[in-house]
Amino acid sequence: MTFDLFFQLLFAGITYGIIYAIVAIGFNIIYNTTGIINFAQGEFVMLGGMISISLLHVVPLPVAIFGAVLITMIVGALIEMVFIRWLDNPSVLRLIIITIGLSILIREVALHIWGESIRSLPYFYGNEITAVQFGSVRFSPQILWVIGVCGVVVAGLSLFFGYTSLGREMRACSANRRAAILCGINTRNMVTFSFMLSAGIGALAGCVMSPITYTQYDIGTGLAIKGFTVAVLGGLGNSMAAVAAGIILGILEAFSITIVPLAFQDAIAITLLLIMLFLRPHGLFGSKEAAGLKEF
Amino acid sequence: MKSHVVKICVLLFLVIGIQLITHWTDTQFYLTQLTMAAYYSLVIIGLSVLMGYAGQISLGHAGFFAIGGYLSASLTTHNLIGLHDTTIITMLSGMGMLVSGQDLYGEQLLVVTPWAACIAAIMIAALIAFVLGIPVLKLKGHYLAMATLGFGTIIYRAALASEYFGESDGISEVPGFILFPEIAGIGPLAVSGDFGHRVENYYIAWGLLVICLILLLNLIDSRVGRALRSIHGSEEAAEAMGVNTARFKLYVFVLSAVFAAVAGVFLTHYNGGIGPSEAGVMKSVRYVALVAVGGMANLWGALIMGVSLTFLSLRGVFGSYDDAVFGSILIVIMLFAPEGILSLKIKNIFLRKKEIDS
Repeated sequence: MTFDLFFQLLFAGITYGIIYAIVAIGFNIIYNTTGIINFAQGEFVMLGGMISISLLHVVPLPVAIFGAVLITMIVGALIEMVFIRWLDNPSVLRLIIITIGLSILIREVALHIWGESIRSLPYFYGNEITAVQFGSVRFSPQILWVIGVCGVVVAGLSLFFGYTSLGREMRACSANRRAAILCGINTRNMVTFSFMLSAGIGALAGCVMSPITYTQYDIGTGLAIKGFTVAVLGGLGNSMAAVAAGIILGILEAFSITIVPLAFQDAIAITLLLIMLFLRPHGLFGSKEAAGLKEF
Repeated sequence: MKSHVVKICVLLFLVIGIQLITHWTDTQFYLTQLTMAAYYSLVIIGLSVLMGYAGQISLGHAGFFAIGGYLSASLTTHNLIGLHDTTIITMLSGMGMLVSGQDLYGEQLLVVTPWAACIAAIMIAALIAFVLGIPVLKLKGHYLAMATLGFGTIIYRAALASEYFGESDGISEVPGFILFPEIAGIGPLAVSGDFGHRVENYYIAWGLLVICLILLLNLIDSRVGRALRSIHGSEEAAEAMGVNTARFKLYVFVLSAVFAAVAGVFLTHYNGGIGPSEAGVMKSVRYVALVAVGGMANLWGALIMGVSLTFLSLRGVFGSYDDAVFGSILIVIMLFAPEGILSLKIKNIFLRKKEIDS
C-alpha cells in the first residue's frame, strides 16, 4: 500500500466514522434518559437529509439545513408524544416493536413523498472536485465540515448536559427517575426533550453527510445498525467514547476494502457488533460494574 | 387437551371446506396464495413459541427461512457434473443422494435429490441456530433484538454477494420436490408450482402446517412448555426453581429456526425459486408483526392472523402500501393491544371506559 493510498483510506474512514458517531450520539441521548433504544434513529438522519434537500429549492443552504433540523426535531417530539409518552410502564419488548414499527412507517412515508430516487445536498464549500492539499494527500473540504460539526455537537452537548439546568434535569432523569420526580422534575417532558434533541442531531448528521454519501429513503436501517454498533463499541450512553469508537469502526471499514470485497463491507460492522455483544457488552471504554446495574 | 382436538377438527374442516368452495366456484387461483400463506404461517407459529412462550425476540428469522430455501435451491439446481470424479460425489452418488438428468439444452446434469437437499438444509439451519443461539440468547432486550437483526442482515448480504446464490437475481428454475414417488397408481406427490398440482400442494402445505401446529400445542402443554412460560414470567425465578433456562431457550430457538428453514425449503420448491428479498430485514419484521398481532403467547391467534394477513398481502390487497400496512399494524397492536388483537373483547373496551368514567 502506498503512503498516499493509506492516507486517503484513513481520511475516508475518519469521515464515515464520525458520521456513525453522530448517529450513535443520537442513540445515547435517548438511551440515557429513557433506557429505550430508538430503532427509528436512522430515519431521523434520512429525514434531515431529505427535508434539507427539498427546502433548498426555496431557501439558501444554511437556512435549509436549519429548517430541516428544526422540522425533524418537531417530528421527533411529535412521535414521542403520540406513541410513547402515554404508555404506562411499557415492557422493553413492546418499546422495541413500537420503534421498529415507527421506523417502517417513516420510511414508507418518505418513499411516498420523495420516491426512490437518490438525492444529495451540494457540497457546502466548492464542489465534487475541490480538494484541500495536505502534503501529498488531497481530500474534500466536506470532510472538514463533518469533523467540525461533530466537534461542535460533542462540545455543545457536554456544555448542555454540564451547565444548563435543562441538561442537568435530563441527567438526573437518567440517573434515577424516581428521585428526579421527587425533586420536581417533569420526567415525561425530559423524555420528549431527549427525542427532540436526538432527532435534531440525527438530522444534522443527515445534512452534513448528504453530499458525500447521498440520501435515499432507505438509508436509515443501515445507519441505525452502524450507529448502534458504535454506541455499543464505546459503551452505551457514553457520547465521548462513541466518537472514538466511530472512528475505529470507520477506519476498519475503510481499510477492509483492501482485503474483502466491497459487498461484505456492511458485514464488518455487524460482525464487530456481534463480537462486542458476546464479549464486552459494556463497551471498549465502559466499566463492567456500571453496566451490571443497567438492564440489557 | 380436548379443546385442542375440537379446534384442530374445525381447522381441518375449514381447510377442506375452502378447497371445495374454490372448486365449486371455479376460483382455484386462491389456492396458490393460501398455500404460500400456510408456509409463511409455519415460520410465524414457530416464532410465536419463541417470542410468546420463551419471551425471546428474534429479528433474524427471515435469515433461517433463507438458509433453508437457498441451500435447498442451490443443491438441487447447481450442476455437479464437473466434480464427477471426486470422492465426495462418488460417495453421495453411491448413497443414492444424486440424480442425473438433462437440462434444456441436452447437457448432462447431476444434482442432489430434493430429499437429501431438504434434510441437509434443515440440519445446517439447525446447526447455525445452535451455534448462534449459545452466545446470542445470553443477551436480553435491545441487545438480543439488535444481535438477531445483525444476523439476518449478514445472511441477506451473503445471499446478495455470493455468486453461488445467484447474487441479486436469486436462484430460479428450482425443480419440484417429489415427496413420494408413484406407488400403485397413487401419486407421485410433489411440491411444485405446477398448475396441475395446485390442489395437492394446498393439502401438502396445510397438512404440514397442521402437523407442526399439533406438535407445538403438545409442546407448550408439556413440562417444556411450563418451563418456557416460567422463563417468560421471570428468568431468575425459573432459574431458582431449577429450570435450566439457557438450555430451554436454546432448544426453542433451534426449533423455531428449523420451522423457518422447513418453510423456506418447501416454499422455494413450490415457487420454483428464491430471491434475496426473502432474507431481508422487512421479512423478519413482518414475522414479528404477525406474531404480535396474533397475541404473543397465542398459537391459534398467530395462526389465524398469520394466514389471513399474509393471504391478503400476497393477493396484493395493500398495493404499494404493503410495508406501511404492516408497520402500522405493528404500532397500533403494540400501543392498544399488546396481548394481541384476539385478546380485545368488545365487553372489555366498554368496561375500561366505565372504569375511567367512575
